[in-house]
Amino acid sequence: MSGLLSLAAGSLAAGTDPVIPDFGTVSSCVRDNGVFCVDWFTANFSSVFGPALVQHVRLTLIAVGIGFLIAFPLALLAHFRKWLVRPLGGLTSFLYTIPPMALFTLLVPVSGLSVLTAEIALVAYTLMVLFKSTVTGLNEVPEDVRRAGVGMGLTRREILWRIELPLALPGVISGLRVATVTTISVVEIAAFIIDQGLGSPIIQGLQSPFNTQFIGAGLLAVALALAADGLLVLLGRVLTPWARTRRTV
Amino acid sequence: MHTFLASFSFMADHFGLLLSRTVDHLLLSAAGVAVALVIAVPLGVWLGHRGKGSFLTVSISNIGRALPSLALIAIFLGLLGIGFVNVMTALVIMAIPPVLTHAYLGVEQVDADLVRAARGMGLTQWQILWRVELPLALPVLFTGIRIAVVYVISSATLAAVAGGGGLGDIILNQVSYGLSGVIAAALWVAVLALVADGLFGAVGNRLAPRGTRV
Repeated sequence: MSGLLSLAAGSLAAGTDPVIPDFGTVSSCVRDNGVFCVDWFTANFSSVFGPALVQHVRLTLIAVGIGFLIAFPLALLAHFRKWLVRPLGGLTSFLYTIPPMALFTLLVPVSGLSVLTAEIALVAYTLMVLFKSTVTGLNEVPEDVRRAGVGMGLTRREILWRIELPLALPGVISGLRVATVTTISVVEIAAFIIDQGLGSPIIQGLQSPFNTQFIGAGLLAVALALAADGLLVLLGRVLTPWARTRRTV
Repeated sequence: MHTFLASFSFMADHFGLLLSRTVDHLLLSAAGVAVALVIAVPLGVWLGHRGKGSFLTVSISNIGRALPSLALIAIFLGLLGIGFVNVMTALVIMAIPPVLTHAYLGVEQVDADLVRAARGMGLTQWQILWRVELPLALPVLFTGIRIAVVYVISSATLAAVAGGGGLGDIILNQVSYGLSGVIAAALWVAVLALVADGLFGAVGNRLAPRGTRV
């Protein structure tokens, strides 16, 4: 104890100035916690927001991809076995109705604080929209067109792949749009259990509220959702050229 | 499995706590939906009656769907700070798109022949709206309200992040309530959303005017 004291006294006696930690210069906006500090946002983009954005996109793509691989075959099955539409629709709606935060929390004791847990819940949320939109798209194929296919001697399988599915494509794409945008929203909430995605800067920021971090991450998530929606609209236009020509005629 | 069993004993032991948080949760949700209804129903019905504004309503519903709930709350954390106003504003913005779109679609989809027949019987614009279009639009409008209610109850869980209270307070506070408390509150919220969905679905089925029910 006395050694420490004498050390302190010695350094004071030597006349050295007290050391003021240098955290670099910050703008007045950051110091006063302004609404949105562009300089801080750009300076921290590559370390905070960029990686979170990439993780967000990856989590979304995996969830929508797996969700589609599950929901699409189920929808085809229900198309041929109509009695399956109600129970499958009911089950997927049930999953969709559970609040995301509750589902994430309830899955943690089962599969832990892991990406797997997050993806299970995320996939569960995509199923309802993808299933219903595909079933509806297939149902809306005009009966006349289907009969014309039969008249041309097409088999049931050929009618499905060459007539029904192409005509159901707009429905499937609109389902993908809603599912993707919903997933982007739910991935944000997944940050409560895994430190990934654009929700994690928000949740980390709650300890020491800094407006730019909240608004930056929030706006990026909104921009991502709008961009994804726009891209899928474009994809739909590319995949259904006949719809466009009909419009111009 | 043990965690889930423990959560049930938590429910029994802390029933009062869960109940008071549920009341908070429902009040917050009801306030959000109510404000959204006051804004969106008249606007949607009016646009539907005029038969104009499909671009506006479709755009609002698309953009509204694209707004992640946590992102909204975070943005308002920056703009409005922590508290009830922040969460309310976010919930209102989340509830408006489904209500507006369904109010518009419900009125707009009313058979034009029926409206013409009503006009032929000498009904004024207001009478057509009140006595023909609105009763026929009610089931669709109610579907929009149901979607908004479930979405808002679900999102109100996130309100705890911004100091809005509700059941999310327990879910986010494992330090105080332990894992069993967190699981209990999560189960509670899930049941709340499912019950609200079922309840509004059952009421909605009875709203179709007599004679149009299939």
